Amino acid sequence: MNDMSNMPASKGILGLQNPQIEFRKDLFADERDENLNEIGKPVRRQDIEGHVTGRSPFYDDHLFEGLLHMRYVRSPHHHARIRRIDTSAAQGMPGVVRIITSDDVPANMNTLLSLLDFGLDDEPVLSDKKVAYVGEPVVAVVALTEAQARAAVKAVQVDYEVLPHVLDPEEALKPGAPTVCDVYPGNAFVYHGKYNHQKLRYGDVETALKSADHVIETRHQMSPIEQAPMETCGAIAAPEQNGRYVCYSGTQGLFFSLGTAAKVLNMPSSRLHFIGGTVGGGFGGKVDSIHEPLAILGTVLTGKPCKSQWDREEEMQVGAPRGAERWYITDGVMNDGRIVARKFTGYFDAGAYTRLTSYAVIKCVGHLPGPYTIPNVSADVYCVYTNRTPATAMRGFGVTGVDFSIEAHMDQIADTLGMNPIDLRILNAYRDGDMKAHRRTAKNCAFIECCQVVAEKAGVTIKPESKAASSMKDGGGERGQLPAFTATDENGRVEGFEGWSYAKKGGGSATTGSVPSTTTPTPASLPQTPQPIPQPASPAPVTPAPQAPTPQVQSPSPAPTASSPKRRPPTRFSSISGFRRR
Amino acid sequence: MAKKPVSFTHNGVETAAFADPGQNLLEFLRRGVGDLTPKYGCGQGTCGACTVTVDGEPHLSCLTLAESVEGRSVGTVAGLANGATLDPLQEAFMDHFAAQCGYCTPGMLVAARVLLDANPNPSLDEVIEAISGNLCRCTGYEPIIEAIMAVANGSYGSAGRAAL
Repeated sequence: MNDMSNMPASKGILGLQNPQIEFRKDLFADERDENLNEIGKPVRRQDIEGHVTGRSPFYDDHLFEGLLHMRYVRSPHHHARIRRIDTSAAQGMPGVVRIITSDDVPANMNTLLSLLDFGLDDEPVLSDKKVAYVGEPVVAVVALTEAQARAAVKAVQVDYEVLPHVLDPEEALKPGAPTVCDVYPGNAFVYHGKYNHQKLRYGDVETALKSADHVIETRHQMSPIEQAPMETCGAIAAPEQNGRYVCYSGTQGLFFSLGTAAKVLNMPSSRLHFIGGTVGGGFGGKVDSIHEPLAILGTVLTGKPCKSQWDREEEMQVGAPRGAERWYITDGVMNDGRIVARKFTGYFDAGAYTRLTSYAVIKCVGHLPGPYTIPNVSADVYCVYTNRTPATAMRGFGVTGVDFSIEAHMDQIADTLGMNPIDLRILNAYRDGDMKAHRRTAKNCAFIECCQVVAEKAGVTIKPESKAASSMKDGGGERGQLPAFTATDENGRVEGFEGWSYAKKGGGSATTGSVPSTTTPTPASLPQTPQPIPQPASPAPVTPAPQAPTPQVQSPSPAPTASSPKRRPPTRFSSISGFRRR
Repeated sequence: MAKKPVSFTHNGVETAAFADPGQNLLEFLRRGVGDLTPKYGCGQGTCGACTVTVDGEPHLSCLTLAESVEGRSVGTVAGLANGATLDPLQEAFMDHFAAQCGYCTPGMLVAARVLLDANPNPSLDEVIEAISGNLCRCTGYEPIIEAIMAVANGSYGSAGRAAL
């Protein structure tokens, strides 16, 4: 094996890439440790010998005698009620070992983040009542060969009553739109048990917009993006000893998949032996834990090793993409380029079920208004259900789309003002000590320095004051203070959800049937939706909008009087879902 | 239908195994022979992860009938190393960070080996052309191209070796 010190220097043959990392030692010089052992030096990946010899153990590289293959009957409709499922013709076909329907799934309703007590169980493993997107699985066929499973899938008859569908997030929020997912009748995820959107309020945007020299508005529309890993998603399960099952998986979240399988199969996780970690490309698309519960269920029902795997067409059609986002950004800008107000309205297209979009929205709102210090910021960001393929994680999801929109919007501002876009960014950039709209102090900022390097590399002349600017200067002080007044409202109120639990009042209709839900019914002794508290006297400046009482966000508090063992109200997400850390 | 025996040379070794009727070479190698190095990426001949050689020529094993290799010579990445000594291409891929997830790597290495066996001094364009049928989602291709060029330029000693 070659010693790394003998590694031939790269020629940079494409003229595009300098493989040697350029260290800008002039920047943040006093923060830099010069005695780094690894950083800046080429190093071999620890797993690369397995890759170049073909010995890396991907999930499908495990051979089992008598491996059975699972294929799925999928919805051909955007939205339809299932009237009848007839598997009789498929039952007797050559090689068919077992047909699996929703009745075979011990807990057929799940949402991925229920493992963190975030959101309601909204998605069936195999649908029985209705389908809400093209490709939604209804029946699984287990057969001796893949070809036999495919043939039997074609013989399953599903009688659908086609329903009206909605594919646009703003249309989905209008009154009278078809309800995509019965658990969320308003076609929007419910935040804090109160709102149909995640809300950010910081200062008073409406007043500041009135005092601005320019009001600049833009709209941005993203497309869904498929992660397209080289290895398609899948899992193989097999019986082990003592009632245990082994599951080889290409999942990106092994413990997510373990917890999901344990929940869906109503089986202690001690009976599940998950093996993974060698992932043939993930990019976010392998967190949804679709295949693991199904492969294990197939094994439980047949006693044989089972493989559930998407082919390439399914990977592209059914695999959950990065969701499309639509953004409206309105800025109040002064003639000198200072941004005094920024307002966002955002729609994340979750597709038919939540998966990770609810979390993407929270992450997004925590990131607003981008790397800029703006004294007045507001945002209403919706996680909207449409009859599209459910969306999930992909590389910076929740942030990349809005960052694209913000930066395109910044260029629009520069155009309007006739200003150099890099000068505009440096003028408004956050600096160490500034207060961010999510009410945390900015630290270790480097955006100004990035802008300066970009200008230098691109040969763009920037103003002397932009050249002299530094992330470590001119921040904090007044810029580090919370606004004296923050305008609030009650827009987007929803009814019927408890504030602390994300569960519906009275026990959650989300999980009907005998399946025990992880979203515990709300005990009556717990605090109900908090009462509005009158607005504190004389806030300044007074907002001209019709003033509604301030909804006080109540921190979760366990019921001290309850005698029966109760689940502690969730706190894990409290800091990012709007409750201030105390 | 009955399974059919297929006799062929697998990485230089006389081999026989049973193929299902209509089985493709990829499944035959993986399930029938037990050589798991060719990968399934698309099953449609578009991604190149299943690339193997048949009589020294690159073939997409997902589009090749298993029975068609009867009496012929099939090469995969499993046959690239000489005992414990890796092929210079494998060394170069390791040094140049030419693999991230590693799923396209076996097909990429076969395509590169075929190129260098036929043309030990390829131009940059010829390298790019030779791996144009192999998709990689992670690296952006540049490290792979640089690794192949490094071998072609003699940085890893003689690139000439017995063909697959």
